[in-house]
Amino acid sequence: MTPLDFFTWLSETSWSVDLHESEIAYSLIESLHVWTLCLFFGLMMMVDLRLLGWTMRTVPVSDVMDRVLPWAIVGFVLMVISGTLLVLAIPLRSYQNLFFRGKMIMLVVAGLNAWIFHYRVYPKLVGKSADGIPPKAVRVAGGLSLGLWIAIVFCGRMIAYNWFDCDRQPQTAIINFLTSCVPGPSVY
Amino acid sequence: MLSFFQWCYDTPIGETIRESTWLFPLIEAVHLVGLGLTAGAILIVDLRLLGAGLVQQPAGELWASVRPWLVGSVTLMVISGTLLFLSEAIKCYYSFAFWIKMTCLVLALVFAFTVRRYVVRTGPSPDRALQGRLTAIASLGLWFGVAWGGRWIGFS
Repeated sequence: MTPLDFFTWLSETSWSVDLHESEIAYSLIESLHVWTLCLFFGLMMMVDLRLLGWTMRTVPVSDVMDRVLPWAIVGFVLMVISGTLLVLAIPLRSYQNLFFRGKMIMLVVAGLNAWIFHYRVYPKLVGKSADGIPPKAVRVAGGLSLGLWIAIVFCGRMIAYNWFDCDRQPQTAIINFLTSCVPGPSVY
Repeated sequence: MLSFFQWCYDTPIGETIRESTWLFPLIEAVHLVGLGLTAGAILIVDLRLLGAGLVQQPAGELWASVRPWLVGSVTLMVISGTLLFLSEAIKCYYSFAFWIKMTCLVLALVFAFTVRRYVVRTGPSPDRALQGRLTAIASLGLWFGVAWGGRWIGFS
């Protein structure tokens, strides 16, 4: 089963069709995605800004990690749930969307950055004075995270626009390659 | 009032954004990043007032360190929001969500720099915990109205 087969199958399930056809449910889920963005993206940026030493310098990094990050993670879980439902409503178009693909790749990179920070960089900080401006490795992780999440939000917003959609031909060969699109009769 | 909105709609800036393929989405994305920053700066203090988040630090200290980010992000949102508005001023005039959003925005900003600032600076001490909680709930409610209205302008 190729990914294309999978997303085609997904788009034919009753769940997907119902979501796609329900205007109220779709609008509500999209709004939920934006509200939880406030919780996740907002607090994540505050954590990153603290790691960079750009705000709350009098607050120890460990306090921010222990008391603020859990709230951001709650927001992240809600974002993944609402985001998955949004994909479920439009599976095929999402799969072949250039910005969706970029967003997913950057999500993996952001996850990797968080993993490295959490298991390789942050443990070295524990026990040391964590006030003020953190060491360089911590600042790099914070800066990378901040940049990646901003880029992810940009890509997320662009998914809604159809400039590079498969059913909008002609596109350049590179775009059709990046979106795994074989131009032909409309599949939507 | 409608003639003012019509004038906004007819400005060269509004027209340029309307006729460009990329400008509106790009400004929207900037607006979203501003939204995130504003929400983060608000939540750090409101969570504290609710007795969650950074409870080891006084609310006043948190407010002082996030305030520049709040002012900066609100400025970014007002600039990007004004640009978006100019390109679709007529639609906004007839949008119920737009008026809800503007009302909540003015109330939220006034509240943040008056009542909330006072509460944050003076406490919240244990005997004023309820005062802090109510302030946070009012603040979050108003900002929620802003975000809800904003998202719903796009649906109408």
